[in-house]
Amino acid sequence: MLKQLSVFLENKTGRLTAVTEILAEYNINIRALSLADTSDFGILRLIVNEPKKAYEILKKDGFTVRITDVIGVEMPDRPGGLNGVLQVMKSEGINIEYLYAFLGTNGRGAVVIFRVENMEKAMEILQEKGIQVLSPAEL
Amino acid sequence: MYWNEKHECIPREELEELQLQRLKETVERCYFNVPHYRKVMQELQLEPEDIQSLDDLKKLPFTTKQDLRDNYPYGMFAVPLSEVVRIHSSSGTTGKPTVVGYTRGDITTWSELMARSLVCGGAGRDDVIHNAYGYGLFTGGLGVHYGAERLGASVIPISGGNTKRQIMIMKDYGSTILTCTPSYALYIAEVINELGMKPEDLKLKVGIFGAEPWSENMRKEIEEKLGISAIDIYGLSEIIGPGVAVECQDKSGLHIWEDHFLPEIIDPETGETLPPGEEGELVITSLTKEALPVLRYRTRDIARLITEPCPCGRTAYKVTRIGGRTDDMLIIRGVNVFPSQIEHVLLETGYAEPHYQLIVDRKGTMDTLTVMVEVSENVFSDEVRKLEQLEYTIKNELETTLGISVGVKLVEPKTIARSEGKAKRVIDNRKA
Repeated sequence: MLKQLSVFLENKTGRLTAVTEILAEYNINIRALSLADTSDFGILRLIVNEPKKAYEILKKDGFTVRITDVIGVEMPDRPGGLNGVLQVMKSEGINIEYLYAFLGTNGRGAVVIFRVENMEKAMEILQEKGIQVLSPAEL
Repeated sequence: MYWNEKHECIPREELEELQLQRLKETVERCYFNVPHYRKVMQELQLEPEDIQSLDDLKKLPFTTKQDLRDNYPYGMFAVPLSEVVRIHSSSGTTGKPTVVGYTRGDITTWSELMARSLVCGGAGRDDVIHNAYGYGLFTGGLGVHYGAERLGASVIPISGGNTKRQIMIMKDYGSTILTCTPSYALYIAEVINELGMKPEDLKLKVGIFGAEPWSENMRKEIEEKLGISAIDIYGLSEIIGPGVAVECQDKSGLHIWEDHFLPEIIDPETGETLPPGEEGELVITSLTKEALPVLRYRTRDIARLITEPCPCGRTAYKVTRIGGRTDDMLIIRGVNVFPSQIEHVLLETGYAEPHYQLIVDRKGTMDTLTVMVEVSENVFSDEVRKLEQLEYTIKNELETTLGISVGVKLVEPKTIARSEGKAKRVIDNRKA
């Protein structure tokens, strides 16, 4: 499973930059991110190269941060790629909380980050069905 | 116009004689019937006989809201429950409200003082009094109601809410006097305007407004928008309810009915009595209350005492309009709100060390309360749904506890300014 950082942000100018500034300063590389927002607040979700270090420095700077387990799945970068993975999840009754996608590096396929209800069970099923789940080192 | 000229215009010397006699009776009643008073007086080595002049009042201990809470519910009553015909209570802070009781005699006194207050404000027996104070545990509704009946006016016990219907009734029933909180009066004016009506469509001539602090600007606004004369009335349930003090037509302070309540202004820090004219905390000793007599009750309201004679002819001293509080209590739409109540709710919602701030605004005519809550790690979730659920839960719990609608906003840690390690808990933008 991958470690994802979640940061609570108020919906106002400059808050996102405050996070990216710190990460840049400590030489932390952002591999993927998504921002979920409501009218008042947002939740910034980040996949970084050093999640533990990033957690510590953001926390020290006063942010509300949390580390969450997520599943990264690599899939072919072509029409129907995501659909194939989602069909498996649907047929196995895996309920998705949220997901976001990015293109893999080094000419690999697309990567989708999933957070689902039952993480352990989802991991098992995906591996059983031969869907490649990424380890932190592979990202 | 007076309701009770004999008492309202009583010469000062006679008044002070009456006050002293009644003070002695009250101290005796407290000492012999209320364990709390006996205990605190004994601690000061005081006996009822030590009170021989009005100046001796200073020797007596203060009574606070906390004393009432510590003796919840009936511990401060000076009569058995069989003598009590009515019970009211004020909103509780962390669970425990303050309970007040009335004997039949207290209800008679209260009705008399409310009748006096209504006449002082400009009402008469031919008036139709539209009473939009809430009826129930809150003393406002029933207090005004009994006074209006005592006066012989026609009272419409409309209570709060359903403003359009209220306006229809005022128009059709020919209401001449409106009694409610000043913010509700402004709201009514707004709705009248929205309905395409004009103040002239109503027969209103006077409004008697209280239960929350309001400014001279607000008075001007109400008077213009409703085309009436707006009168300030003061009271608190621990003393009796509405009708403790009221403005006369001179609008130069509120006459405090001194034959029933003995006012003092003290320095809230030292407890020293201040000379007339100086600003401090209003302290009231009840002189005729039977069920719940109070000695030197600290109202936490800030005012000055005006001793100059009033053109209206009443001899009772006046207190200036309430200019603030010595504690952190807020009055929002007539409801008492303590920051500690909000803290309590947050603790129950799972906050270990809640950081919060209350923002009070006046949007249009209504007071609004927004609670900013810092999101700490122990309640943070990476799912929007769960954070929204948290916001909703806090809002719901606060509304249940406070009895008014509340806005909740989740904010980042450290966004609430802290000075000297302590967060500034309240930002009241209404004073601006």
